[in-house]
Amino acid sequence: MYRYDQYDQAIVDARVAEFKDQVGRRLRNEITEDQFKPLRLMNGLYLQLHAYMLRVAIPYGTLSGTQMRMLAHIARTYDRDYGHFTTRQNIQYNWIKLEQFSDLLDDLSKVEMHAFQTSGNCIRNISSDQFAGAAADEIADPRPYAELLRQWSTLHPEFSFLPRKFKIAVIASDSDRAAIQLHDIGLQLYRNADGVTGFRVYVGGGMGRTPIIGKVVREFIPVGQFLSYSEAILRVYNRHGRRDNIYKARIKILVTELGIEEFTRQVEAEWATLEPLGLDAPQAEYDRIIAQFADPAYEIGAPDTIDLSDPDFKLWVDQNVHAHKQPGYAIATISLKPKSGIPGDASSAQMDVIADLAEKYAHDEIRVTHSQNLVLAHVRKVDLYAMWQALAAADLATPNLDLVTDIIACPGMDYCTLANARSIPIAQKIAAKFENSISEQRDIGELKIKVSGCINGCGHHHAGHIGILGVDKKGEEAYQLLLGGSGAEDASLAKILGPGFDENGIIDAVDKLIAFYRSARSAPTERFLDTYRRLGAAPFKEAVYA
Amino acid sequence: MRDNQDQIAVSGAPSPALDDTPARLRFRDDAPFESPIAPLADFLAGGNFAAVRIEPGEDARELVPHFDRLKLVEIAFPKFRDGRGYSSAAVLRQAGFTGEIRAAGDVLVDQIGFMRRVGFDSFAPNKPLDPKVVKATLDRYPYVYMKAADGKVPVWALRHG
Repeated sequence: MYRYDQYDQAIVDARVAEFKDQVGRRLRNEITEDQFKPLRLMNGLYLQLHAYMLRVAIPYGTLSGTQMRMLAHIARTYDRDYGHFTTRQNIQYNWIKLEQFSDLLDDLSKVEMHAFQTSGNCIRNISSDQFAGAAADEIADPRPYAELLRQWSTLHPEFSFLPRKFKIAVIASDSDRAAIQLHDIGLQLYRNADGVTGFRVYVGGGMGRTPIIGKVVREFIPVGQFLSYSEAILRVYNRHGRRDNIYKARIKILVTELGIEEFTRQVEAEWATLEPLGLDAPQAEYDRIIAQFADPAYEIGAPDTIDLSDPDFKLWVDQNVHAHKQPGYAIATISLKPKSGIPGDASSAQMDVIADLAEKYAHDEIRVTHSQNLVLAHVRKVDLYAMWQALAAADLATPNLDLVTDIIACPGMDYCTLANARSIPIAQKIAAKFENSISEQRDIGELKIKVSGCINGCGHHHAGHIGILGVDKKGEEAYQLLLGGSGAEDASLAKILGPGFDENGIIDAVDKLIAFYRSARSAPTERFLDTYRRLGAAPFKEAVYA
Repeated sequence: MRDNQDQIAVSGAPSPALDDTPARLRFRDDAPFESPIAPLADFLAGGNFAAVRIEPGEDARELVPHFDRLKLVEIAFPKFRDGRGYSSAAVLRQAGFTGEIRAAGDVLVDQIGFMRRVGFDSFAPNKPLDPKVVKATLDRYPYVYMKAADGKVPVWALRHG
């Protein structure tokens, strides 16, 4: 994985010093809260319901054991002994005190980490495929390009006061595990008919109040020019994106209002002025970064079979382990959706366990997924059993990846000032109906339930096979029910099924949907989403509302 | 970086009395240019102006054919959160404008580093800035990741000298 050199470290150190200075001026009242707000947001610091919330950046979701151990230390020292992994592959702490913040930043910078640009109207943490570098279906590791984007976008002088936040995701396979079509810019690396490597560029996707699937602004941009092309897109957005209404300020609205043809024309015209300026990094820099993502030292000839005689272990392998490109190795997903748990939460002790296991069994690499789970990407098959036993001892071996209890939920009204309703208890109550029977969950099959506590959609409800949106109905929490979304390569937006429910009503409705699906599917292998797509909304609606 | 009188104040010398408000910061060594500043429409209508003001939402590219008669472009920041002016300055510098580009209005010290990078070389903030903080801010970063109008060498070039 990428390691800082002297330049990266010097920039992080300067940024920490800058923010300490800004905090000091705020505490001395030399700047107003209104002026301080965008400064602290650009350092990941939100003021939430009960305290400051800090969002620490995990670039493209990849971190080392040492870094994970530091996240555990921060949970223990500055928070209430846990952290919350987010749908943007970052981690949030919910109980941060401003006066301790300088020490916290110093601690992070010791392990090449920071909280820059994890919020605010700037280019946010770049996200990517959690199986990058290990997946059999990728044409190359996408993370070097995410790292190039990280550097290009860090403290970008022209794009630090954008109309609204800006999210970029990069993948390198036809399977989309990073929801690129729901990003402001989505980049898919591929090789064209001439054998040249470049990106298909999607623009203007997003969830939130106005969910839109991204459109292709350019079918192919060679890898050597994708930074200047990104600059052209941002230039058009910064100049012409709406600033009169916060709800219409994302680039998706600009693309919709201009139409993709006119938007594309403007981007191409802008790129024609930018491309000759030499904004793109040279090949030597690509090579330097790519070398840091070289394959780990795999053991050649490692046994390619797994002893599945322990039935509980077999269950976990069947559900949470994926094929690796290297014979003898496997990709293991650690579920952060245990029984009665809070989706995405991990205690400091659990983080320490994961750090140890990553160092011992997984070439010292951990990934965060946008589904709020963790991945150990390079594990020898012969080590899986011992690793699983250690995970199970720390309540980290729930075999429910992509099943009904693997629910995405935003923090909701338990933490967030924006929320209209609670998300976490909804996820917990749905999960409680199924979590005692893995075999029942496996019979239901892949089912992605996603819960947001408000229309901003941090819980990705529009990308849920079943999406749940908390709303405020005359002062009462209420929940809308949506069906048919997908954040994968078959991206689609979930649609509202019918009238909303109260808390108990939404739990019952999900129950009825699942019962109907099991009776209506054409075969046990047909997923909930596929049954919905085949039959349409009407029979599901009847099952819930009749 | 070469300084004129206003900049000496930034460097820590006693602040000279300024006879105009708002207080200016200037990073050029030519003589300050003072003349009426025309709104963009008036300037484009052909008035005899050498200075023009660009509001957010106005297209700085319309000035490109007129660089030879322009000494100063003042870019308005009615609200510091409105970042369109950064692109206006970048567009002018990339098109080859070498005259003064001034940021005027809700200009805060924490923006000045970004503004210098995209090509602003003078500042007329609504509220005077603390020269010590300005200097600390501008001296903060030893390196930059990306090219911009200030000609600083990005780290990818330093790495591969």
